[in-house]
Amino acid sequence: MTTLLTTTSTPAAPPSPARRGKGPSRREGRVGWLFLAPTLVVLALFFVLPIGMALWVSVSDWTGNGSPFSSRVHFVGGDNYAALLTEPGLTQRNFATSIRNNGYFVLFVVPLQTALALFLAMVLNQRRLKGKQFFRTAFYFPTVTSSVAISVVFLFLFSSTGTVNAALKLFGVDGPSWFADPRGVFQIVLNGLGVPKNPAALTSHGFLGLTWWDWLSGPSVAMCSIIVLVVWTTTGGFMLMFYAALQNLPPGIDEAALIDGANGWQRFWRVTLPQLRPTLFLVLTLGLIGTWQVFDQIYVLSRGAPANTTLTPAYLSYSTSFIGKEWGQGSAIAFLLFLVIVVLTLVQRWLLKEKDGKRRSRR
Amino acid sequence: MRHPRSLPRTAVAAAGLLLTLTACGGGFDDSTAPATQQSGPASLKLMIASSGGAELTAVQDATAKWAAASGGSKVQVIAANDLPQQLSQGFAAGSPPDVFAVDATKFQSYADEMLPYGDSVSYKDDLYPTLRTTFTKDGKLYCVPKDFSTLALAINTDQWTAAGLTDNDIPKNWDQLKAAAQKLTTGGHTGLVFNDTRDRVGAFLVQAGGWPLDADQKKATADTPQNLQGLTFVRDLLASGVAKYPKQIGAGDSGEAFGQGKAAMSVDGNWMVGGMTKDYPNVKYRVVPLPAGPAGAGTLSFTQCWGIAAKSKFQDQAKQLVDALMQPQQELAFAKTFGVMPSRQSARTQYQQEFPQQAAFLAGADSAHGPVTLTKMDPVLTDFDAQIQQLPGADPKQILKQLQTNTTAALGQ
Repeated sequence: MTTLLTTTSTPAAPPSPARRGKGPSRREGRVGWLFLAPTLVVLALFFVLPIGMALWVSVSDWTGNGSPFSSRVHFVGGDNYAALLTEPGLTQRNFATSIRNNGYFVLFVVPLQTALALFLAMVLNQRRLKGKQFFRTAFYFPTVTSSVAISVVFLFLFSSTGTVNAALKLFGVDGPSWFADPRGVFQIVLNGLGVPKNPAALTSHGFLGLTWWDWLSGPSVAMCSIIVLVVWTTTGGFMLMFYAALQNLPPGIDEAALIDGANGWQRFWRVTLPQLRPTLFLVLTLGLIGTWQVFDQIYVLSRGAPANTTLTPAYLSYSTSFIGKEWGQGSAIAFLLFLVIVVLTLVQRWLLKEKDGKRRSRR
Repeated sequence: MRHPRSLPRTAVAAAGLLLTLTACGGGFDDSTAPATQQSGPASLKLMIASSGGAELTAVQDATAKWAAASGGSKVQVIAANDLPQQLSQGFAAGSPPDVFAVDATKFQSYADEMLPYGDSVSYKDDLYPTLRTTFTKDGKLYCVPKDFSTLALAINTDQWTAAGLTDNDIPKNWDQLKAAAQKLTTGGHTGLVFNDTRDRVGAFLVQAGGWPLDADQKKATADTPQNLQGLTFVRDLLASGVAKYPKQIGAGDSGEAFGQGKAAMSVDGNWMVGGMTKDYPNVKYRVVPLPAGPAGAGTLSFTQCWGIAAKSKFQDQAKQLVDALMQPQQELAFAKTFGVMPSRQSARTQYQQEFPQQAAFLAGADSAHGPVTLTKMDPVLTDFDAQIQQLPGADPKQILKQLQTNTTAALGQ
C-alpha cells in the first residue's frame, strides 16, 4: 500500500508566518521548519522531482539515453498523448484495451472487497464470537504476505492442471484453461446463450479503436482469477479499518434502535452503516486508487496475456517505457491513469456527499 | 536577514540547489560527451539475463579466467532478473554495464548506446552469416553473437512406432508432416504441438517464403501470398485437430506437453534437450529438422550478442574480455553447460561430435531466419501473437491484414 503515501498524504500546510501575539514565536517557527526540513527534502527529492521529470518526459522525445534535460531532447507537445487518445492505431487500441480491462477489474474488485471486508468486520464484532483472535489473524493474513509470492501460488492453483481444475473435476466440471481464453466472460455467456460470436450491431461502431462488443466483453477468465486473488489479499486490510471503526461506535445508539424495535437488517442499514460513512469513504477511495494501479499481480501472472485481456495501464506504462523504450508515451499513460484516478475519486466523493446532503435536508 | 520568512526561503533555495545538483551531476551527466578511456587494469561490469545457476557460474568462471590472465582486471557478473528493464535503467542513468548480453529482438533500440566494434574482431567471418545479419545495422556489425538456438521437430519414438511409422515416414515436407500428425493423433494424445506465438508459427511463414518485414526491416510485407499460405497451413493443422496449442491440452508450453506424452511431435528449440534430460529422463525421442515448406527449408534462430556500452571507460579491456568469451573452446564450454550452440563456424565440427543429439538444430543454422530486431515492432508482434492465439477460429487473411497495417504504422510509413 505504498500508494497510500503518494496519493493521500499531502504535506501539511506550512504554519502561517509568525503573527504578533497569539501565533508561534519566530524562534518556534524556525525550529518548526528545521524539523520539517528532512521531510521536505525527501518529498522534493523522491516525489516532486521525479513527478516533474516524468511530466517533462511525457511531452518530450527522450529516448532513455542520458539525461532527459540534455539539449538533444526536444519538446514535442501533446504528441505522446495524441497517439494514445486521438490517432487510430495499435497504440490507441492497446491503451483503450488496458483501460477497459482495468475498468472491469475495478468494477468487480472494489464492491466485492468492500462488501466482504465489511461483512467480515461485522462478524468479528459480534460480542459472543469465540476465537476472535484466531479469525482476526486468519482474515488479515493474506494482506501481510507479499503480492508476488501470493501471485506465484495462484499461478499454480489456476494452471490448467492445477488445484482449482482438479477440484472442479471432482464435481464433474471440466475446468477451463484459465489463462488461455481471450474472450471476456460476458462474451462467453452471451455466446453460450446463442448470440453470434461478433454481433454486427455492436462490432460496426466503437470508441478509441475498440468496438462496443470489445468494450462490453467483461473481464476475461484470466482477469477473473486475478480479481479473486486481489479481493482475497486486500479484504483483510480493509476489514481491519471497518473493525476499528465498529469498535469505536457507541453501543448506546444500537441499543436504542433495538428498543425502538428495529430488526437486525434495519439496524445495520439505518444505524450502523451511516455511522461508518467516513470509513466507507476511506476504504472505497483506497480501493479505487489501489485497483487502478494494479501491477504486481499482472507482472507476475500474465504480463497482459491472453490476447491483452489482462493488460492494465500501469503495466502498459511500464512495458511501453522499459521494454518498448517509448519513454514519452509510457509517461503519458501514467499521467492519463493519474487523471482517471483523480476524476473517479472526485466522482465517488461527490456521490457519497450527495446522499449526506439529502438526508440533512430531510430533517 | 532577520526577517521571519528568511528561513523558509533559505530552505526552499537549498532544496532547489539540491535538486539542480542531483539533476546535473551524479547519474544524469550528458551523454553527448564521449567517455574518457582508461588503460591498464579495468574494473568491468558484465550483465547477462539469468537463465539459471548453470549459466551464471559458467560465465563467472570464464570471466574470472580472463581477469586472472589480464593482470589485475576485475569482472563483476550481474545476473539480471529483467534484462531489458535493467539495461534501460542503466542507459537512462548513464551508468550501463560495460559488457552486456543483448537479445536480438531488442538489438536495434540499444544500438545507439552500443560501441559498434563487431567489424574489428578477427573472427568476424567465422560467425554464421545469419547471425551477423541479425546484429548488423546500417552496414555495421554492432556486436558479436554469443551463441544461438534454432527450432527443430522432436518426435516421441515410442508413440511413433506404436502408430506403425518408420524412419521412411519422417516428414520432409508439409504434406508428410500433416499425414504423420494425423496418424499420431489418437484419443490419448495429439499429433503435433507448438507454442502459440510468432516464435514458432513464424517458422511456417519462413517455410512458405514469407516474413512480416523485408530483409532491411524497412517495409511491411505481412499481407503477402506467402505469409497467407504459411498461416493458412497452421490454421488447417489446428482446425483438423492433428495439431494443438499447449494450453488446449493442459500444458504450460510445448516442452511440457511433449514431455508428458500429451503430444507425439513438438516444434521446439535446443533448450528442450536439457529440459527433457532434467524433467522427463524416461521419454524416448529423437530430433529431426523441421519439414520444408513450399519455399524450402526454414526455421527460426534465437540469439544474443555481447554488447559493449559506448559509455564504458574500459572499451579496450571490454573487447578483450569479449574475445576471451568468444574463443571456440570457451563457446563449447558454454554449450556444454547451458545447451546453446556456438556462434563460430570453426567450432561446428567439434560441437557435432560432442553433441550428436543436437545435430538437427545445428542443421537449421543455414536456413534459419533471425527475429525482428526493431523494438518498435514489439507491440505489433504482441498483437500478432494475440491473433495467432485465436486460430483456428480467426481468419488468416484478416490477421495478416491487421499485421500489415500495424507494421506500416510502427515503421512510420
